[in-house]
Amino acid sequence: MQTIKVPISKKQGNALNAGDSILLTGVIYTSRDQAHKRLVSLIKKGKNLPFNLKGQVIYYCGPTSTPKGKVIGSCGPTTSSRMDDFVEPLLKKGLVAMIGKGRRSSKVRNLIKKHKGVYFIAPSGCGVLLAKKVIANDTICFSELGPESICELYVENFPLIVGIDSKGNSIYKDLR
Amino acid sequence: MNISKIKHKVETAVAKASFDLRPDVHRLIKRAYLKESNSRARKGLKWILDNAQLAAIERLAICQDTGLPIVFIEASKKVKISALLIETIKKGVEDGFRKNSLRASIVDPIERKNPSYKGVICHLNFSTGIKGLKVIIFPKGFGSENKSALKMFNPTASLEEIEDFIVKTVNDAGPEACPPFVVGVGIGGTADYALLLAKKALLDRVDKSNSNKILKTMEGNILKKINKLGIGPMGFGGKTTALAVKIKKTSTHIAGLPVGVNVGCHALRSATIDIKI
Repeated sequence: MQTIKVPISKKQGNALNAGDSILLTGVIYTSRDQAHKRLVSLIKKGKNLPFNLKGQVIYYCGPTSTPKGKVIGSCGPTTSSRMDDFVEPLLKKGLVAMIGKGRRSSKVRNLIKKHKGVYFIAPSGCGVLLAKKVIANDTICFSELGPESICELYVENFPLIVGIDSKGNSIYKDLR
Repeated sequence: MNISKIKHKVETAVAKASFDLRPDVHRLIKRAYLKESNSRARKGLKWILDNAQLAAIERLAICQDTGLPIVFIEASKKVKISALLIETIKKGVEDGFRKNSLRASIVDPIERKNPSYKGVICHLNFSTGIKGLKVIIFPKGFGSENKSALKMFNPTASLEEIEDFIVKTVNDAGPEACPPFVVGVGIGGTADYALLLAKKALLDRVDKSNSNKILKTMEGNILKKINKLGIGPMGFGGKTTALAVKIKKTSTHIAGLPVGVNVGCHALRSATIDIKI
């Protein structure tokens, strides 16, 4: 199986096709509902973001608390479509890839095509399987949001399927 | 009845529900895996089975969405129900979540701040059919809960119309609600009660068929229609979009026919405690 390293090069990103199985290695950032709301609000106000989005990967995930002696708790994907309305400003800031579960809107599919991005599907409801692939985990901001804070994860061989590729092809029908 | 013993049992049940996939659910997933020929769907089912095994060994939550904890309490006529008992059970759930590093997923619906473990939902019922006290811990994930639906049918509606509504609800739920599903259905009562019954239906053994003949036939028909949708495990296609359909019914008003649907994801979790009095 193909291993993809973060940062994902333009060439590598464009070569991915919807349906491909890949293993991802490198840094990814957890972010879900409330963190997205905050990031986009900062962008709208013209303020600096707590981390540079250029070339980055966002993982729609809110892990459990980290048990003693472990790197992370259960950490599977959450429903991506709830983040659909926040995607455009993040892509404009240089975001390259998103990881989550389920369908996206036609608007998001077209935005991914326009910005030559990629949307990956992670094994849904398989938070332990994925936790085993997380080597490092640091909370970088919004810690008061608990499971919704943004964490920088270093993952190794994180199993994913390409949901939407840079050509705008999707393995699912659009959500609406 | 020893209150601190009950609290401890509740804490243990919280861990069991969160770490150990229900054997009946596991059995149906295994069965689906063995008969699946679509390679991507097969891979999805393999991930689910491997994850369940890892969760049991590592004592980690099957899913990071450790749910909104719902508790069904059933008491025989010998049980003395008090606010203390209910509070103890709630505290047991909260402490069970905390001690097992489960996710603090509960917030005020408007403020949406300070996620915590407080907000356990309790349903209390009395039953002459049991001895002692029965407590069911049901942590319900919200990827699937978000896809719940209610329809108030005319009392003259056909069974086929009801079946189609249930199939449509599952089709709308789609890949993001974590298929293969267990579909809980409540028919009758009032609007709220139909949805509660739908949720309770998810607690019945999913690998056993309904004892009511008409409901058994409906469950079979609906399951067949759902599995023709082609959504499949994680939305990857294939034979199994739902593992089972479970229907409960109760009497209703001559003017109405409420039907509630509660979607259960493939990580359908619950644990039951029987306490002797």
